[in-house]
Amino acid sequence: MKRIVCGWHTFMAALREIFDEAAYARFLDRAGMASSSEAYSAFRREFDEAKVRRPKCC
Amino acid sequence: MNKTLRILGWGTVALLGAVAVGTVAVHRGEPINALWLVVAATCCYALGYRFYSRFIAVKILALDGLRATPAERLENGRDFLVTNKWVVFGHHFAAIAGPGPLVGPVLAAQFGYLPGTLWVLAGAVFAGCVQDFVILLFSVRRDGKSLTEMAKDEIGRVGGFVAYVAVIAILIILLGVAALIVVNALKASPWGTFTIAMTMPIALLMGVYLRRIRPGKVLEVSALGFVLVLAAIWGGQYVSQNPALARVFTFSAPTLAILIMVYGFAASALPVWLLLAPRDYLSTFVKLGTIALLAVGIVVLHPTLHMPALTRFVDGTGPVFAGKIFPFAFITIACGAISGFHALISSGTTPKLIARETETRMVGYGAMMCESAVAVMAIIAACVMQPGVYFAINSPAGVVGQAPAAAAATISSWGFPVTAADMQALAHAVGEQTLYNRTGGAPAFAVGMAHIFSHSLGGDTLMALWYHFAIMFEALFILTILDAGTRVARFMVQDALGHLYKPLGRTSWYPSILATSGLIVAAWGYFLWQGVKDPLGGINSLWPLFGISNQLLATVALCVATTIIIKMHRAKYAAVTLVPLAWLVAVTFTASWHKMFDPDPRVGFLAQAQALAVGPASSATGRLIFNNRLDAAVTGVLVVMVTLVLVESGRQWWGILRGTREAPVKEAPFVRTRLVEEQG
Repeated sequence: MKRIVCGWHTFMAALREIFDEAAYARFLDRAGMASSSEAYSAFRREFDEAKVRRPKCC
Repeated sequence: MNKTLRILGWGTVALLGAVAVGTVAVHRGEPINALWLVVAATCCYALGYRFYSRFIAVKILALDGLRATPAERLENGRDFLVTNKWVVFGHHFAAIAGPGPLVGPVLAAQFGYLPGTLWVLAGAVFAGCVQDFVILLFSVRRDGKSLTEMAKDEIGRVGGFVAYVAVIAILIILLGVAALIVVNALKASPWGTFTIAMTMPIALLMGVYLRRIRPGKVLEVSALGFVLVLAAIWGGQYVSQNPALARVFTFSAPTLAILIMVYGFAASALPVWLLLAPRDYLSTFVKLGTIALLAVGIVVLHPTLHMPALTRFVDGTGPVFAGKIFPFAFITIACGAISGFHALISSGTTPKLIARETETRMVGYGAMMCESAVAVMAIIAACVMQPGVYFAINSPAGVVGQAPAAAAATISSWGFPVTAADMQALAHAVGEQTLYNRTGGAPAFAVGMAHIFSHSLGGDTLMALWYHFAIMFEALFILTILDAGTRVARFMVQDALGHLYKPLGRTSWYPSILATSGLIVAAWGYFLWQGVKDPLGGINSLWPLFGISNQLLATVALCVATTIIIKMHRAKYAAVTLVPLAWLVAVTFTASWHKMFDPDPRVGFLAQAQALAVGPASSATGRLIFNNRLDAAVTGVLVVMVTLVLVESGRQWWGILRGTREAPVKEAPFVRTRLVEEQG
């Protein structure tokens, strides 16, 4: 049971990383902000500049 | 006891794998069950991972779990970040999985299921996984440097320049071909076009939800977007049945091509968050979900493959694309076996997330195995159809004729019976007016996928929904690649132009954004337009060109890897990258030669130009001749550049092995990891 729970947590962590939720959480930590519309806008401004340079494979 | 059990266990896997591969390889006559392919693939991947990747990790790369990675040494909470290995694995797989492993194997199925299957398995285990693994590790040891930077450092300026040009070339050709696949899937299809059009307001809604209602809840909004997309697919059938609405959403191929170019330009020049980021999330959500669903569906339903192991078209006369099994099967299937593009991902984001060197094996080698498994699923989806149906969908009108009865008669004369009534019934079942001449692989894959699922979930009544779900899934993530690729290429061009005139390099300067976006869209748009106007369907010319450029990039990556291995004084093991390199050189150079100089006009660009020049002239003749000569020139330039990298690499290897040249290893200095102590 413990393994299943651990596996589920890892699976969700992977999804949160793929979908940038984890990056947003790190941004909030770093900036000392609470989640809000303004915080998310600030995150996207910083994040998109780097993300759009990443190639996506064929 | 444990050792005995291990030997027995792996012996069983080896035996089972041998039986399955043997069955797939020698079985003739009766249809074969798809489960044999699944078992063969699973055993090959398990053995490859357990033994071959371990050999590379231990004997050649000497992975060191005590060496701090850039994620640890340079951690900044943004690019460099120590991340759980399974999370990195998922992230890396999501980045390398694109339409390539779905489309290539579907096109190569014209040779039968056997060539594609063997190449996907052997190519992945001995070449593709190895390339991804070693490039990832070498990038980790160089602070996450890109392939272009490593090529410059290890081979010289020529290597760096060629890698840069190859990346731009492959991006442009890829974007042109990808756009053509979408055009061929959506032309004269109001249902499909409506569904894709609806993803735009859905994405805008998702963007607003993310900003205003639940900031940052991407998974939640992606699930919501997915439900809305399903509703759009459901609603699409009513659009296609309503004559007035159907007219609004019915476009010819040239009109769709223009719309996609406008979309590409707007997507490159507009702010990301508004449309692109939510669409990207939606596309990833659908992509991962569909791949998982397809894997479960194939294992649970284990359909029968109707395509023979080998078809008569191994002789090079195939209608889907012209050219013999060697070398064309090996450039048609790139991403499922080996793809140079993966080297960009392995030297991009991923090396900056790896917590320990030892994890590069699982992430680099393992994720590519999963990508290869996706290619096996695509082969199965293409081969579950009756071969006659497969060829009717994938053959261009220029080969089989425009009229349904004539096309059916031509295909039946090849020994693959199909009737116009069969095709009409199938088109009706999937909610389309016709399925003839739907080149590009996406519609065939969609029919195969719908065929697999409709047999268990919903029966024939849901066939049309499954088909349009598959079309939406492919078109959505191809369009995502179009906008992301246009942006990446735009940034690369801006970086280069910035050396000539500084403001052009500024990514926030609008004149530069508009000029470079226009330049990139014009470049891939040219190839798209050429494909749309090509009487042979476009795929015949463009997919091999894409395959050649992708595999040439893999050649550059393997040159870099071999050079580093020799510099590490592991020359006696250099065959691990040298053999795949030699194979790729043989394949790509032979294919390039055929595409340029083969006397058959269906194969050789110059022969086709010549045939057009002496044939009856029309308004389009001049343009078609120019296009063929341009394609030949592009192929020639790529080959010459990669030859330069090979010569430069060879000089390095010769000098190092003879002791006349120094072999400095340009790795970051060793720093002991703190993670071991922290974890006790």
